[in-house]
Parts: sequence; C-alpha cells; structure tokens
Amino acid sequence: MYDREKAQEVRKEKQRWQETTVRKALERFPERYESFMTISGLPVERVYTPDNVVEMDYMRDLGLPGEFPFTRGPYPTMYRGRLWTMRMFAGFGTAEETNRRFKYLLSEGETGLSIAFDMPTLYGYDTDAPEAEGEFGKCGVAVSSLRDMEILLDGIPLDRVTTSMTINSPAAVIWAMYIVTAEKRGIPRRKLGGTIQNDILKEYIAQKEYIFPPDPSMRLVVDTIEFATQEMPLWHPISISGYHIREAGSTAVQELAFTLADGFTYVEAALDRGLDVDAFAPRLSFFFNVHNDFFEEIAKFRAARRIWARAMRDKYGAKKPRSWLLRFHAQTAGCTLTAQQPENNIVRVAIQALAAVLGGAQSLHTNSMDEALALPSEKAVRIALRTQQIIAHETEVTNTIDPLGGSFYVEELTNRLEEAAEEYFRRIEALGGMIAAIERGYPQQEIAEAAFRYQMEVDAKRRIIVGVNEYVQDEPIEIPLLEMDPQGYERQVARLNEVRRTRDNREVLRTLRAVREAARNGKNLMYPILDAVAAYATLGEIMGVLREEFGEWEEPVWF
Amino acid sequence: MNTSRKIRVLIAKPGLDGHDRGAKVVARALRDAGFEVIYTGIRQTPEAIAEAALQEDVDVVGLSILSGAHMALVPKIMRLLRERGMGDVLVLVGGIIPDEDVPKLRAIGVRGVFGPGTLTSDIVAFIRRELGLEDGLDGDHAEEGEGS
Amino acid sequence: MTRARTPEEIDALITAAQEGDRRALARLITLVENEGPAVEAVLQRLYPLTGNAYVIGITGAPGTGKSTLVNAMTREYRSRGLTVGIIAIDPTSPFSGGALLGDRVRMRDLVGDPGVFIRSMATRGSLGGLARATDDVVLLLDAMGFDRILIETVGVGQAEVDIASSAHTVIVVEAPGMGDDIQAIKAGILEIADIFVVNKADREGAERTVMALQAMLGLAPRTMTHHGRRMRVDMPEEARAWVPPIIKTVATRGEGVPELVDAVERHRAYLLESGEFHRREATRVAHELDHILREALLQRLVRRISPARLEATVQQVVARRVDPYTAAAELMRREEEARGEDRGDGGA
Repeated sequence: MYDREKAQEVRKEKQRWQETTVRKALERFPERYESFMTISGLPVERVYTPDNVVEMDYMRDLGLPGEFPFTRGPYPTMYRGRLWTMRMFAGFGTAEETNRRFKYLLSEGETGLSIAFDMPTLYGYDTDAPEAEGEFGKCGVAVSSLRDMEILLDGIPLDRVTTSMTINSPAAVIWAMYIVTAEKRGIPRRKLGGTIQNDILKEYIAQKEYIFPPDPSMRLVVDTIEFATQEMPLWHPISISGYHIREAGSTAVQELAFTLADGFTYVEAALDRGLDVDAFAPRLSFFFNVHNDFFEEIAKFRAARRIWARAMRDKYGAKKPRSWLLRFHAQTAGCTLTAQQPENNIVRVAIQALAAVLGGAQSLHTNSMDEALALPSEKAVRIALRTQQIIAHETEVTNTIDPLGGSFYVEELTNRLEEAAEEYFRRIEALGGMIAAIERGYPQQEIAEAAFRYQMEVDAKRRIIVGVNEYVQDEPIEIPLLEMDPQGYERQVARLNEVRRTRDNREVLRTLRAVREAARNGKNLMYPILDAVAAYATLGEIMGVLREEFGEWEEPVWF
Repeated sequence: MNTSRKIRVLIAKPGLDGHDRGAKVVARALRDAGFEVIYTGIRQTPEAIAEAALQEDVDVVGLSILSGAHMALVPKIMRLLRERGMGDVLVLVGGIIPDEDVPKLRAIGVRGVFGPGTLTSDIVAFIRRELGLEDGLDGDHAEEGEGS
Repeated sequence: MTRARTPEEIDALITAAQEGDRRALARLITLVENEGPAVEAVLQRLYPLTGNAYVIGITGAPGTGKSTLVNAMTREYRSRGLTVGIIAIDPTSPFSGGALLGDRVRMRDLVGDPGVFIRSMATRGSLGGLARATDDVVLLLDAMGFDRILIETVGVGQAEVDIASSAHTVIVVEAPGMGDDIQAIKAGILEIADIFVVNKADREGAERTVMALQAMLGLAPRTMTHHGRRMRVDMPEEARAWVPPIIKTVATRGEGVPELVDAVERHRAYLLESGEFHRREATRVAHELDHILREALLQRLVRRISPARLEATVQQVVARRVDPYTAAAELMRREEEARGEDRGDGGA
C-alpha cells in the first residue's frame, strides 16, 4: 500500500529505533510482559508501521464501501445513511410477559424484535413434556403452539418491524407459526421481514442444541432456504453464527474460520439442491460475537467480509454483488460478563458495542449488566439499549465509514486473521469438509482446547479480569432481578391443554401424517409444517414426528 | 504416583441446556489437579446423575446449570442421592445462580455454589478443603500470581 | 472417600452387595481398585461365587465408536434376558495422575436398568496394577451374578492390550475414515482379536476397511488366530480352528449388533466345546498367580533394601562406576545374604 522504497526506509529506521531508543528505555523500564498477544493469542508488536502492510494493494484488499471486497463496509453510505438496527434479544416466561417486554422495548426506541425461546422450545418439546421439567420460561419464552405465537406477537406491527428468532433445530416449525400468525392478520408472507437463526452446524460445534443427526438437519436447513427463496423475499432463512462458537470458548480466529466454513457448507448444500447461487446468497446473514479485544474484533469483522466476498465471487461463481455481501448482526460477549461487581459489565458492553459499530455491524444486541446472575431486569435492559443510543448519537463515530481502515495495526490484524482462517479452511477440507470434521470432533476439540487455555491464563493471572482475579471486592451484590409470573407455568399448561381440546384433532392427525410423508419422500417440509401449525398441532407433536423419522444425534465427548 | 487415595468426581449437566464450556473446563482442571473425573455429558436426567454417582462411587458431584432450572433440578438430585445412601457426597453447583437462590441450595445440602468468573483453582482448593485433604500440596496456585 | 475399613465393615458391605445393594457393590469396587489390604479379604469371600460370568473385551482406536458399541451390545444382551457389567477404562494423565473418564456419555440409555452396572476406571499407575485391579473388579461383578462383563479399553498401549486379552472373547473395533491404515496394526492388537468389528459401516470406505482386514487375515492366519501373546506356547490344534469373523455394525442405530452378539456367543460355545475355555482359564489363572507372586516378591525385596543403600546404588550408577545390571545383581546378592543371616540367627 506504500512505496516499497519508503517502506524499506521505515523498516530500517524501525530497526535503529529498536536498537537505540527502545533498548535504552527497556533498560530503565522493562515492559510488563515478555511478549504481548491478542485475546486469541496472536502476537502483537510494539508498534506498527507502513512496512507491515507494504504487500497490501488498496483496491484489491480494501476497496471502497459497498464495493468488492467490502472490507470497509457492505454499504456505500453505512451509518451516514441509516444507523444499525438496535435489536435487543428478549424473551422469558409466558407469551403474555414477553409480549409486554417487546412493546416496552419498541416504545423505548428499539427498532427490531429479537425473540429468545426457552429450553424446551429450543429442543422441540411442549412445556408439559417430562424432559422439560424445571425449564419453562427460564431462558426465553415458551412457544408450544400457534396460540402462544399469536399472543406473543399481539399488537406488534409485523409489516413494519423485522423479527429475529433465535431458534435452530425446530426453526422450520417456529417460523411457520410466525408466518401463519401474520397471514391470519392479513399480512402476506412475502411482506414479512426478519431472520431465523436456523444454523445447525454451530449447534454441533458449540451450543449443542441439536436434535437430529447432521444429514437430516442439513436437509431441513436447505428446505427453509429453498422456501425463502421462492416465497419470502424479505426473510433471511439462516443466520450463520459465530456467536455461540465464541461463547463456547473459541478464539477470534476460530470463530471467524468455523463460521465462514459453516457458511460455505450451507452454500454447497443449497447448490447441491439445484438452487441458483444468486437467488439464495443475498438471503444469507451472519451473527458474530463482539468480545473484549477491541482491535482484534474490528479486524475480525473486516476480514469476514473480505473472505466471504472473495469466496462467493471466485469460488461459487455468484454474479450479483448482493450475493458477495456479508451482513451481520453482532452481540456483545455474554461470556465476558462477570457475576462479581456486575455494574462493571456496563463498561465492558459499551466498549464491545463500540467495536461492533467500528467494525460495521448491521444490527446489534447489547447485553445487560445482570446477565451473569439471571435474566435481565427491565432497568438493566434499558441501560444496555441506551449504551447503543449513546454510541449512535453522542460519540460521532458514525460520521465516516470504517474510521480505522488504514491503521497499520488494524490492517495487519485483518490480514493475520484472514491467513489464520484460511489455514483452518485447509485443515477442514483435509478432513473431508465441515460435516466430516464435526463428526470427528475437530472443531469441538479445537474450541475446548482454547477455552481451557484461556481459563488457565486467567487462573494464573496472565490475564486480568477486573473484579474476578484482581480488584476483588467482597460486597453483597445489589441488583434488582427480574420477577417472573409465579403462575406462568400453570397458565401455559392450561392454555396448551385447551388448544389440544378445542382444535380439530382429525385435521391435526392428517397434517402430521403429511409431515411424516414429506420427511420420508424428501419433498420440502415447510409446506406440510405450515399446514400442521395452522391446524394447531403443537411444536412437540410436529418435532416428535421428525424425531421418529430422523432419529436423534448424540455426540462423542471432546475435551 | 499415589494409587491408594484417588478423589473421584462426577461432572454432570442436568436439564436441557447444552452450554458445556464451563463443565468441560472444570473437568479438565480437576483432572490436572489429580482427580479422576467422570464426565457424563449434557442433557442428563436427575435419575441418571444419581445413579452414575452411585455406580462410580464418587466423592464429589459437580452440577453445571446455566438455564436457570437449578431450583427444579438440584433438589430432585439431592433427594435421589439421599435415597441411594449418597447423602454424604460433596455436591457443588456451578452456573448462573441468582444470589437469592444460594441459601436455598445450601439448605438442601449443596456445599459449594460457583458463579461465572470462578477460578478453577478455587474449585480445586474448595474440594480439597471440604474433603479434609491437606491444602496446597500440588495444583494450588500461589497467592501472588506471576505477572507473565 | 477411601479410608481404611474394618473387617466387619467389609463383611457387611459384601453381605449388602450380595443382597443387591448397588451402593455396597460400588464401594467394594473402590476398595479393590485401590488395592488396599481389603482386597484379599473381599476376594477370599467372593472367589467361590465366581466363574459364571463370561468376559468380553472390546478394544480399538479412539473414535471407532467403542462406547456406543458397548451400549448397543448391552441393550442386545438385556433383550436376551442377560445381565451386564461394564468396565470402561480410560488412561490416567501421566502428568497429574488424574483422569477424564467420558465413556458413560455414550451409555446413557443403560442408566436406570437394574440389570446393568457401569464402572469407569482409570489406568492409574503400573501396568500390572491395572491388569490386576481390572481382574479383581471382574471377579466382583462375576460374584454379584452379572452374566456378561464387557471391558472397554482404548487400544493404544500394552496395558490396554493386556486387559483386553484377559477376556474370554476379544473384539477389536475398526472404523472407516480413520486414516489409511487399519488402526489396530499400529497398536499391535490385531493378533489378539477373536472377532473384528467394522463400526460406522454406513460410512464411505467401510468396504475398504473390511477388505483390508480380510487381506490381513488371509496373509497370516496362523499368527492372527492366537488369542493373546501370553498364550502362544503350546497352543493346541483345535484352538486355531476359530477364524475371526468380520462383522459390520452401525452401533448408533443398533445395526449388525444382534449379529455381533451372536458371534460372541458362537465363540463362547466354540471355546467351551473345544476345551479351549478351560485351557484359557488355566492360563489366565496361571498368569494371575504369576502376577500376584511377582508383586508380592517384589514388595518383599523392596522392603528389605534400605532406602539409603538404594540411593547409594543409584548414585553409583549415575556416576558410571557400575552398570545397572551389576548393581541390581549386587543388591539381590546382599539381600539374599542378609536373609541367610536372619535365618542363621533365628535358628540359634
């Protein structure tokens, strides 16, 4: 990016500086560590200069915002045109309680919904299933039938807000419930905008909320991509997620590499189905974690955009620029929140959120300070949302695009992350692709190793976590915690029983048979699932049929 | 290597949540502290955990729960352990546990509750102390951590 | 926790275990695993009750699906009305002395069945120690009336090979896609196999793995059909008549598992009818006695050599003043002399 001769001169000068100025300084004040590294363990030099990035070609590697390879941003005007979507992940207890929280958030200036489901829903069980004992409404809202979804979305303008649903194994069923609810209100499916997470590969890799073995799971994912391509032009049928990979303890490099490798796997599966890459690629979206290492995170987002654009254009032959774009939602890292001195989490979240914005996120969730203790209270959620609003309106960081572009350090880190990700792609390829790698536990082992290494560094105080292994304070924690409706469970089970009693059970049986048939004959499952949902077949019933047909997956243990 | 006194620990994740990072990190750290760790994986029923604790004749049961279902699951596990004559086993719970639930868990016999941000060395030291083993023989980190 | 127990307590544990108290059985296993002085008392009382269980060793490289196979075989045996004890062995970390035992994860559908008992064991210290502890736990489960005992070991080291080979039937598990070679060749466990399993047979490359095994069996049938290296001497002609079958399974779905269990039972019938079973038992017992004797003699010898002398000898060897063989011989000679003097004194 710089004149070679000039860069050579800088290199020489840097050499001299190390041997004279720096050496003298070190004699008097040794540095705090022998070597410095990012949170992911990449080495960090004392200072970065033009010679670090001399091999870069500006137009080839960075380009301009909204143009290939999109390193600087997916859109030509970025936040000067429109701010990111402030999308707060919410959900707990019954549909009524969560519906109230949604309305509260919208009234406070949130611009998109993001639904968290409870554990039984995530595993495709009805609230009253024996496996669901004790789990109702704990990490999200319980949705067992269309009736719950209708209540959950009551009074929400589905034609105007976009909705993100964090749901994976049962994504097709929950999505069908959303679609049917909207259609019953007269809003056609082609007008609905939003995202279902629907990323099953990262479940095997990290979050472990899988149900079926990889093959039928991938088939379901491709069914939904195909359905979206044909019927729902505004919907993202998948959000390819690094968030959970990072939460499971991966490094930034692993998050980047495994997420993009998952993305390539979905692209290949959709191509195998015979879909046109330019028809589905613009519908793919991404979801990344934003952790504590400020510059490394920004570099990660930039590298992700560049790698994806190059692969989509050069490897998969996509023709439309929109197919090359990597757009992502970001969430601040839940795993960096501490139960100790929880107010400190507000500061952590603010810095992480700033990194997401400087990295060019399209939407953002900021965690609440009390989430290491329990579900977030209303006040904690409000502070988290205000954090985004302060960044958006008070800091002026939104005035120009990719303000850190051209920073020697950030460019060098972006390159390093890209190289390290490419190395992972080669290893995964050598194992026979991502699914084969997952079956052999490769990404799982890599992540477990990184998580353990990180914890050992914290234990040994090679890494300081304020309030945890340094600046410890033994004070009772004063944070108001969320109170949940104590009658919620009974209310939910009563509603479920009423649904089962009042629906047309012959129609339920007929539609469930159609689901089973499609599971067997390979036809797109979305259509029979929509029928079953409309007949008020419950989540547990529909998923039960698929469990019988597809079997359940159990992973080997990797440490 | 001392073969006559091995501390055996069962690490289990009851309930549905699959976030096994903490359970696995703790399992490894306990192994590195010289314990024999039986890891039973995610989505374990209370019955399966109690039965595994019995068959493996463990000294310690470590439960990891992040979903918030601890007040439903832990009392049941404690009851099933007692029914099997395992009431004397040292039970620890790790995960996202609101402060107000900690005394409730202690009241039913849980001896240690560890939240996010717990150092693994603290868990090791806690187990050693509770089991009456000499503290700090090996594996314990010194009070002053090294800078680098 | 392990603590010294009185003979009365041990007696009470044995009685309780015999009455079906699984907690007592678990505690007895801990006692024999810890090789404390209680072992002898336990085995003295229980030995007469043993000899009824049939012991099956399952070994193979990591990732071949052994635990899942053990799970599926156990279900099959349970459906045939037989009870099953499982010993799942994983390595002890040489650095910390700790171990991570994760085999139960794959055996979750067996929990809650009173006809199944699963115990995870770490390899712990010495090789001989592991073999003996495993044999002792087998005896315990045998005495408690389990019809079949499955021992699962990772086929990576000599210790694991030894454990497996003390079983009546040894199953060596392979899986396709684990690299180009048959894993067992590297570990040297092919020659102890009575039955080969190619698990994950729905995967690409399964046929290749089967063919590679067939080729190997065809190349050297005489050495392959031996059961365990220690039984190589005086192998009668009939023992060679068993040709290890190769069975394809998909353990996750239970496919091929009834056929595998049939093969195990065929091998059992073969051993019984050919008289080989009795010979193997004799060899096994001889081996066990040999183990115990060695251990006892070693203990006795070590006790009689003073730590100071031992240390002095070590220093001499380190200083290259003497070689270790000569040093050992010298230690033995002194010990024998000392014993002679003891006897002389005692006789006076």
